[in-house]
Amino acid sequence: MSFLTALINGISLGSVYAIIALGYTMVYGIAKMLNFAHGDVIMVGGYLCFCTVQYLGLPTLAGVILAVVGCTALGIVVEGLAYKPLRQAPSLAVLITAIGVSYFLQNSALLIWGADPKAFPSAVSFPSVKLFDGQLIINSITIVTVLAAVLVMVALTLFTSRTKMGKAMRACSEDKGAAQLMGINVDRTISMVFAIGSGLAAIAGVLLCSAYPTLTPTTGSMPGIKAFTAAVFGGIGSIPGAALGGVLLGIIEIMAKTYISTQLSDAIVFGVLIIVLLIKPAGLLGKLVPEKV
Amino acid sequence: MSMLEVNDLHVYYGSIHAVKGVSFTVDKGEIVTLIGANGAGKSTTLNTIAGILPARRGSVEFQGEGILGVPAHKMVRKGIALCPEGRRVFTQMTVEENLQMGGYTRTDAENADTVEDVYGHFPRLRERAYQVAGTLSGGEQQMLAMGRALMGRPDLIMLDEPSMGLAPILVDEIFSIIKSLNDNGTTVLLVEQNASMALSIADRAYVLETGRIVKEGSGSDLLRDDDVRRAYLGG
Repeated sequence: MSFLTALINGISLGSVYAIIALGYTMVYGIAKMLNFAHGDVIMVGGYLCFCTVQYLGLPTLAGVILAVVGCTALGIVVEGLAYKPLRQAPSLAVLITAIGVSYFLQNSALLIWGADPKAFPSAVSFPSVKLFDGQLIINSITIVTVLAAVLVMVALTLFTSRTKMGKAMRACSEDKGAAQLMGINVDRTISMVFAIGSGLAAIAGVLLCSAYPTLTPTTGSMPGIKAFTAAVFGGIGSIPGAALGGVLLGIIEIMAKTYISTQLSDAIVFGVLIIVLLIKPAGLLGKLVPEKV
Repeated sequence: MSMLEVNDLHVYYGSIHAVKGVSFTVDKGEIVTLIGANGAGKSTTLNTIAGILPARRGSVEFQGEGILGVPAHKMVRKGIALCPEGRRVFTQMTVEENLQMGGYTRTDAENADTVEDVYGHFPRLRERAYQVAGTLSGGEQQMLAMGRALMGRPDLIMLDEPSMGLAPILVDEIFSIIKSLNDNGTTVLLVEQNASMALSIADRAYVLETGRIVKEGSGSDLLRDDDVRRAYLGG
């Protein structure tokens, strides 16, 4: 039964990684940049939800909505102020800027909310599910997390494959020059992707803080790095890859914690990443450009 | 008044003076071609008109309106489409999705009609509607790139090297399609290295050499011109 418990916890943690990884991978796909500040948007999302519930006394759902709206706006502002002026700059400049934004967000949070960990109120209130005479307990937050990830995945897939906006996003990811000839405003499309990615990060932030209910200004760092790993693991730029990579990474991490060693679990996770990249350098679902026939 | 009037256009790549005072006009309903060797400034001229490259000096007027400085993504709405060199189709999207992107600025209802017109010109695209564009042959990709440009219902279509890398039989097919597009009322500005093909369908032509126009005339006149024959038509 402990295996099943570990598996379920792994899928749940992996679902959070997947939602974060989707943001990384979409931004990478279109802007060809690694947004290292993405993890810190998670933290901001967590604090926004926390404040809404704690100080404004509103229900958790209002906190989630406010976090999503706030982070979406934050994503657009950060992109416009920090990244847009660097559109033609070498990628190293953009990368360093992203790291700068990351520190800026962390230290702003430190100023506003202080270094003391905040106890995050649980986002879901319905009871856990008990199976097999109480031998297997599935937390309500676990169920909500997995459902949220599935929902996000389905919504994103439909958005990119069915809507004009979503297709324009794919067109920009492939060839910005050709996309602008179609009449697509490439700058605005990139902003939109940042907005979506940051909104997703907010959802991930609330879920993460509900499962691990302590909130500090660096809460987002480690999950951010793990999710980035998950995006690379699955094949960066690929949306299904990010989902698969996230879930696998979560399972590997929890399995390693359960059966091998808590201290070594991160080392094992990154070890697996190295092995996968040695065998498949483009990641598990790395994009294969179709051959001409 | 001409549909497109380019006047004393100067374009630089960094410190390289690529287009040095080019002036020409395209009238409504015409096929006009710019021919010349590699590096003569043909593509640079098209890309500048399309808003991709900035001009240092000069003016470009389209239907009486100055369009220099208008960003590339606003050109489709003004009625100008550029079918770029190397086709640049979206290889990971289907043929149908590529065409939909071409009609990005228009409504779905308008696109539904236009798509039928495009399939009329390029029946092969209809057969491959749900195929990923990366799996098309070079000729089919060229057709897709042209069809995609037509989806915006442009008044002027600019074609950059449509025959590049295609087998001779496909080159014939592409050029006869260009002719029929023109017969249906689309004005064409064509850039080509295949000078004999371009001149044979063009109403008027301009010869570019190292960023300057050195000769102009009707397509048939230039086809018989000794200098042009020697330089571009292989004797």
